[in-house]
Amino acid sequence: MTLLIGALTIGLILSLLALGVYISYCVFDIADITTDGSITLGASICAVLIVHGVNPLLATLAGFAGGLAAGTVTGILQAKFHINALLSGILVMTGLYSVNLHVMGKSNVPLLSGTSFTTWAERLGQAWFGQPEVDLLGWLVSSRDLVTLLGALGVSLLAGLALYWFFRTELGTAMRAAGDNPQMIRALGVNVERYRILGLALANGLTALSGALLAQYQGFADAQMGIGMMVWGLASVIIGESLTGSRSLGLAIYGAVAGSVLFRMLVAMALRWGLNPNDLKLVTALFVFAALVLPHLLQRWKRPAAVAQPRS
Amino acid sequence: MLTVRNLCKTFHGGTVNEVRALHGVSLELPEASFLVIVGGNGSGKSTLLNAIAGCFRLDDGEIHLEGHNITRWPEHRRARLIGRVFQNPFTGSAPNMSVAENLALAARRGLPRTLGRALSKRLMNELHEQVRQLEMGLEDRLGNAIGSLSGGQRQALTLLMATWRRPAVLLLDEHTAALDPKSADQVLRVTEAIVQRHKLTTLMVTHSMSQAVNLGDRIVMMHKGSVAYRFAGADKQRLGVDDLLTRFEDLRRRELLDETAAALLEETYV
Ligand SMILES: Nc1ncnc2c1ncn2[C@@H]1O[C@H](COP(=O)(O)OP(=O)(O)OP(=O)(O)O)[C@@H](O)[C@H]1O
Ligand SMILES: [Mg+2]
Repeated sequence: MTLLIGALTIGLILSLLALGVYISYCVFDIADITTDGSITLGASICAVLIVHGVNPLLATLAGFAGGLAAGTVTGILQAKFHINALLSGILVMTGLYSVNLHVMGKSNVPLLSGTSFTTWAERLGQAWFGQPEVDLLGWLVSSRDLVTLLGALGVSLLAGLALYWFFRTELGTAMRAAGDNPQMIRALGVNVERYRILGLALANGLTALSGALLAQYQGFADAQMGIGMMVWGLASVIIGESLTGSRSLGLAIYGAVAGSVLFRMLVAMALRWGLNPNDLKLVTALFVFAALVLPHLLQRWKRPAAVAQPRS
Repeated sequence: MLTVRNLCKTFHGGTVNEVRALHGVSLELPEASFLVIVGGNGSGKSTLLNAIAGCFRLDDGEIHLEGHNITRWPEHRRARLIGRVFQNPFTGSAPNMSVAENLALAARRGLPRTLGRALSKRLMNELHEQVRQLEMGLEDRLGNAIGSLSGGQRQALTLLMATWRRPAVLLLDEHTAALDPKSADQVLRVTEAIVQRHKLTTLMVTHSMSQAVNLGDRIVMMHKGSVAYRFAGADKQRLGVDDLLTRFEDLRRRELLDETAAALLEETYV
């Protein structure tokens, strides 16, 4: 049960990352590797501030702001300096590695002192349930974990709803159009470059927010924690898409969140069944590869005649 | 009122691929006039429209629209004054967004985009009404992705989008060329209706000489990046398809002669 709650909580925290990747990958069709750096940036800013006694809410918001800034830089490299989307992401990610080490002053910051959301969850759990452990359907679970799960659920819900609301405003629809057909929306008076920067800022802000929450949940920030996170987000988004389809905006956003939770659960199960943790990233990458390639292969197998016919 | 003065544009200047796409083009288009542009492939028709829309920087020349000198305005800023329909039906709308969303985006052309709802109730009613007037049965498909519609339907909607807020000038670049004859007719009818209803100043590029003769109140024939012939007023009224074709053949023959002469010169001197 503790394992399940843990997987759910991490899945929900990482759903913010999935939403970020949804914006960069699904809306703008950019594989934005800045993600790997900005999740660590969010975590390290938040962790350092917490250790210095800053209010965890402020520390988390500061992490979010760091992500906004990182995304803005990537966006500017693309829009103003016309650097290819992939390379812009790589440049910023590489730079962020040093930035993160500077922020933390070392490669790992444990949250031994200071108040974090986890501390708040512990106190809240005590206040609500009056004891450190609660009986949940016959299982004993820590009240802190339960409150953390609820909190993660709340944040994830809030972020999903906010994004849903935003993408249906005039500004948000214009942003989606900037990803869907830049030429058309430019002819309708939109400064596409500016919207691209805004979109990437938002995507990386959400990613960094996810990192800030993750650091507080796991109790440390680490310079290496971002490696492979973009692919992780991609896997979540792809699972979500296969769950809900991408026909409507609401379903797509819901799918990204659900995909993140489901993917984390699958990973937790695989680890429990003996998957070597060292193989996790490889398996994730293979998974995304399969998800990208299989639909095309299936289509080809279904209609071999159409492919075999020579072009007239 | 659109005034275009001495537009010049060379692509890939100084390389082997150098193309003089516009070579001193000047036009004066009074309010509510309808100019049809004809000319052979590569004569610079699209480039002229793109220059007015601001897709690239000019080498020389000026563009004035409704009293503004827009020569240095970026494309998205000019869009406040300009409505466009492209040759390719896929260019004019965002395929994965709904018909209603596409129209709503156009309803804010040139206006700041706010955090208000894109599809307000009031706008939806208006959309429904306007789309019904196209008489294509699309008012029941406002929620569908626009990419699922046919080329003709998309062009009609793009036309509605380009003119939702009255543009100071409407640019149509062979907007029926990619359609089957029936859809092309339909879109052309919609075009005439909208242009007449709003008394729009219009530039239309076409390859069809009969469209050129039947539509609009003036014609420009382009050749090698310059204006070769202009007809307006009574001259335009008297003009038949055959007259246009003769002029067109004339230009072609002269071009061939030029090429032959150039080849001969080369043989003699090189
Ligand atoms: N963006 C560009 N870059 C390089 N060359 C261009 C560009 N746009 C147009 N050209 C060249 O300029 C010349 C004029 O092209 P343009 O598209 O204006 O012709 P057109 O009259 O519209 O022809 P068509 O009837 O085939 O559409 C052509 O030689 C074309 O190759
Ligand atoms: Mg053309």
